[in-house]
Amino acid sequence: MLAQLVTDGLTWTPGQVLVLFVVLGAVLGGMGLYGKLVALAGAGATVPLPGFGYTMVEGIAHAVKQKGALGLLTGGLTAAAGGIKAAVLFGLGAALAFRPKG
Amino acid sequence: MDESRRIEQYQSLVKRMSPKRPVLRNVLWAFFAGGVISLAGQGIMWWFERQGMSAQAAASPTTVVLIGIGALVTGLGWYDRLAKRAGMGAILPITGFANAMVAPAMEFKSEGLIMGVGARLFTIAGPVLVYGMTAAFLVALLRYLITGVA
Repeated sequence: MLAQLVTDGLTWTPGQVLVLFVVLGAVLGGMGLYGKLVALAGAGATVPLPGFGYTMVEGIAHAVKQKGALGLLTGGLTAAAGGIKAAVLFGLGAALAFRPKG
Repeated sequence: MDESRRIEQYQSLVKRMSPKRPVLRNVLWAFFAGGVISLAGQGIMWWFERQGMSAQAAASPTTVVLIGIGALVTGLGWYDRLAKRAGMGAILPITGFANAMVAPAMEFKSEGLIMGVGARLFTIAGPVLVYGMTAAFLVALLRYLITGVA
């Protein structure tokens, strides 16, 4: 997992890099590679952002098993719901509570 | 005449004068910061597992806790200092995602609660969610069509 963090040298904006890595996580998750990494590295693989893409692919797989093709639409966000909701709530809270410094 | 040569000279001057990026040091910083944040995540995850959750179930609350920490530390103004040093090591973990939401929202508070805070929360989170969700959908769809089970 740590080797992924070594993408420092490029002159990309954080937004581009984050998008790239989420997509990468989804693709690797779809091929079953990211699952192996998670088994090996635990939070070392789920905490960085590719883990987000992986989580959604896994969630879709899980939902498709239960509900069939509809799971393709519902599964991804169901799995990621906790993280997204927390991000919005905590993000809003922190943005309101603090003033920018410097 | 000599227009192109002057441009060339100028560019070589820019190249010489712009600071060399200490790539090795940046990479090491990124490596350690990313490692430490992930390690913290692993610790939190173990704690949830000790409460009787499976490793898979524990991943989600771990994410929630880390996002909370990331948002708080950003609000305090510490995360930007870390990110300056650690670069991607600080941006790529989920705490950096929280940072990417809070920082612009805080910055544009003066533009109001709706279009300032509300919209800016998703300056970076928006594209990440859009393309992440699209990619996850396409990948899963492909797998579903090929294997029939996804």
